[in-house]
Amino acid sequence: MPQRPLSPHLGIYRFAYTMATSIAHRASGIVLSVGFLLLGWWLMAAAGDEADYALAVAVIGSGFGKLLLAGWLIAFCYHLCNGLRHLNWDLGRGLEKVEARRSATVVVVVSAALALAVVYAAFFAGVPR
Amino acid sequence: MSLRTPLGKVLGRGSAKQGVSHWWVQRTTAVALVPLTLWFVFQLLHLPTTDQFAVREWIASGVNPALLVLFIASIAYHSALGIQVVLEDYVPNKAVKLAALLANTFIHVVVAVVAGYAVLRIAFTTLAQG
Repeated sequence: MPQRPLSPHLGIYRFAYTMATSIAHRASGIVLSVGFLLLGWWLMAAAGDEADYALAVAVIGSGFGKLLLAGWLIAFCYHLCNGLRHLNWDLGRGLEKVEARRSATVVVVVSAALALAVVYAAFFAGVPR
Repeated sequence: MSLRTPLGKVLGRGSAKQGVSHWWVQRTTAVALVPLTLWFVFQLLHLPTTDQFAVREWIASGVNPALLVLFIASIAYHSALGIQVVLEDYVPNKAVKLAALLANTFIHVVVAVVAGYAVLRIAFTTLAQG
């Protein structure tokens, strides 16, 4: 295998907050991938007997479980919003430095608001049909 | 032995047409997951999740089994591709990287099949019970 040139390591870049949004996209993606394991377990428990489901409810409904759920909801809101930003880039739009910085701010604000609403609905309010 | 350079061998043959498939499938699943995840989270917020019977009823009702299977498949593919890139970027040791990439694929396939099986099992047993 020939040694191909690689992109420069993270460490050499000057920090910019667009970089933080990029790192957070990966981090939230990893968090959501772990959540996929939980989804599988929850569905298996639902397909199983009462004891299986009671165990899943006990674990997910515990204080720590709720904390994890809130974390996943926040990661989801961010990954969704920043994912839409990525799809817009893929259309070749918004790639200028100024635009990318502005959209970074928009994503942080919108995803924070969305996360607040979803976490509030999930744990404190419920949603009207 | 050929005296042609590696570059000379491939020039003019065009690409193998495989180069963008990872990129493209990552985007395709991303687009699919926008409505699917919003649907799932919104449904979950309405669901009395501590009630196993109600959860099964919801899983089995209408087009939900189909949507859930699509949801699971899209997540599995999207997640596997995403974790693959992270492993390729941050695991420097070749042997460890190979093992991690294999484990990544196996775990995603197993979880997807298990989750899909659970949905179908609930759907069909609920159907059979009327």
